[in-house]
Amino acid sequence: MRLKSTLENYLFVLPAVAIFSIFYIYPFLQVFILGMYDWDGISIARTFVGLRNFKEIIFQDPVWWHSMLQAGWITLIALTFQNALAFLLAWACDREIRLKNFYRLVFFIPPVLSEVVVGLVWQWILEGNYGLLNHWLVQLGLPQLVRNWLSDPKTALNCVAIVHCWKGFGWGFLIFLAGLQTIPRELYEAARVDGANAWACFRKITLPLMVPVAVLVGILTVLGTMQAFVLIIAMTAGGPAYHTQVPVLRILASMRGSSRFGYACAQGITFGVVLVAVSFIQYRFSKKSQARGA
Amino acid sequence: MNNIKYPFSSLLLVTVFCLVSFGLGGCGPKNEVPGKKVVTVWHWMTDREAVLVSLADKYEASTGVKIDFELYAPSEAYAQKVRAAAQGSNLPDIFGVLGEKRDFAAYIKAGHIADLTGYMEENNQDWEKRFFSKALAVNEFAEGNAYGVKPGIYGVPIDIMTIMLLYNKDIFREMGLDPERPPATWEEFLIIGKKLKETNRQGLVSGWGEIWMIDCLANDFAFNIMGKDKVLATIRGEVPYTDPDWVRVFALFKEMQDAGLLYNGLISMVNKTAEQLFANGKAAFAFNGSWCVNVYKEMNPDLKYGAFLPPRVSDKFTVSVWGGAGSSFMVYDKSKNKEEAIKFLKWLTDKEQQALLAQETRNLPANKESIGKISPILAQFSSAMEYSTHPSIWGVSEFSPVIEAFDKGIQSIIIGEKTPEQIAQEVQKVKERELAKKR
Repeated sequence: MRLKSTLENYLFVLPAVAIFSIFYIYPFLQVFILGMYDWDGISIARTFVGLRNFKEIIFQDPVWWHSMLQAGWITLIALTFQNALAFLLAWACDREIRLKNFYRLVFFIPPVLSEVVVGLVWQWILEGNYGLLNHWLVQLGLPQLVRNWLSDPKTALNCVAIVHCWKGFGWGFLIFLAGLQTIPRELYEAARVDGANAWACFRKITLPLMVPVAVLVGILTVLGTMQAFVLIIAMTAGGPAYHTQVPVLRILASMRGSSRFGYACAQGITFGVVLVAVSFIQYRFSKKSQARGA
Repeated sequence: MNNIKYPFSSLLLVTVFCLVSFGLGGCGPKNEVPGKKVVTVWHWMTDREAVLVSLADKYEASTGVKIDFELYAPSEAYAQKVRAAAQGSNLPDIFGVLGEKRDFAAYIKAGHIADLTGYMEENNQDWEKRFFSKALAVNEFAEGNAYGVKPGIYGVPIDIMTIMLLYNKDIFREMGLDPERPPATWEEFLIIGKKLKETNRQGLVSGWGEIWMIDCLANDFAFNIMGKDKVLATIRGEVPYTDPDWVRVFALFKEMQDAGLLYNGLISMVNKTAEQLFANGKAAFAFNGSWCVNVYKEMNPDLKYGAFLPPRVSDKFTVSVWGGAGSSFMVYDKSKNKEEAIKFLKWLTDKEQQALLAQETRNLPANKESIGKISPILAQFSSAMEYSTHPSIWGVSEFSPVIEAFDKGIQSIIIGEKTPEQIAQEVQKVKERELAKKR
């Protein structure tokens, strides 16, 4: 009887486990296994090379690590600029201001737009000869600032980062707003009764209670930004030279450009490991901060 | 909760059903019409879809064989689809291989592509003789080829292309230049660049953000400066990229930039943008393939332009341009409809169908008997076929990381980040690394 009951229980979770295994675990294992082969993605024969692909990525592929650093830079800008903006706007919309529902809607428009469309529109705005930004700069009497924003190695990566932040801050805004709305209003009322001003309420109530939400937004930002590539393809295609290359573009280049599927799989695994490690460190760090705060 | 009777057998059934459904879901149904032969063709040519479908209808009416054209675009997605289908041995009867000769060879060696040599040679080489030899060469593997493929013809060219420089005749006229005389030498080209700069006009546009077009022009110059043999020797690893001739090739891009010949922002430009700019008279020159005739016609029917060979840098060797088969179709070797597929391709490359394709899509036909019915601008592109070359017919392939370092390096030269000498050294370093790996 107990055996039957146990089997029944397992049977209930079997569909979920099976689907998870087929669509997540099996492909992951396959990618890892392929990462140990030299394979062009077409031939039937694959040459087993062990960990050679991983060794090449780590020690002989400077472009890969350069692209990782560039993705890291975009992520840093997103973590600071994008999330600060998202938090401030969410905080403003959480207060009793006029047209707050309208603002909530407007701030969530960029994330729902297609990345290709956003990339192409911004490419047009930032174009060096007929672009809107340069036109405005000239109109404002700042012709010395006019440049070819996406072809200049000094500005291309930052332009991509800013557009990425503009496109993505709506998600952070939404999560921060949801977090702010879960803070009991009584806490603020009690604090005010005790004589706390707005700044004190923000520092002593809002900020500490928003730490878990900020951690979540931070992890999602890191994962989302490190993997960004559609916007970059639409804006710069990874150029000029290697100045806006990011890891996913390198994986695509290995797959499509070089037909090195095995190497691309190894790059994917390496990238995944880096992302998991960064997220784990971020999580541990925030846990420690929370414990210290408590 | 304990009183609930678990529907054990039903649950098991549902689970098995779900798994089977998921398992079979990926296997797409084949287009089958009862009692009728259906030949399935996968293609990526959005601009040719309508005329291909109309030709399919015509073929069905005359033979009773249905041709099912399935369009998958853009070309990157198409290439992925074909690759995935090859893995599952689920390719259609007719398809195209987009990629380098190395990829083409891999499909053949995996047994996916039929050897058409016998069919081409039937009836005193009737089919083979229809085509421009260079169009066929792209689909051919010669004796002793570096890819280890059995010698033969493995693809059918549908149209041909050449990639040339173009100039805007109205801009030439406005600058006081002869609109019927494009620059023939490097010096003339640079002088025009200076004139463009003085009159605040923009020069050359091209899809140099999608780096392969840089490679194309650079190789044109390389063939002119050092000749085919030395270029191929470099690919084989016998001549380094630090050779003065290669440094000269790199330096040409710096000279073009310094002379004001390159459009501001050219290196992050996709070809579609370049086509729009040239069609709208915003740029004096373009570097584009013969497919552009159709594109410019759609964008600006009044555009007055001409095509010319890259200006001569050296008198030692002839000028070359990339050209050959534009699009080719291959027959799936394991197809049940192989014979029907080959019959259809023979029909599609007949003079009449080729002429219709050329007229409707403004592409150069692969059948040389249909070339008489093309427009004057297409005739200019067609005349460049005698100067054409293509990596697919060189018999050797450069390593992809070297090609990337080469093209990205030229981008760095154009933005003034690195010198031609630095890039030559960097490319050679990548080359040596790849050669060491191969060893």
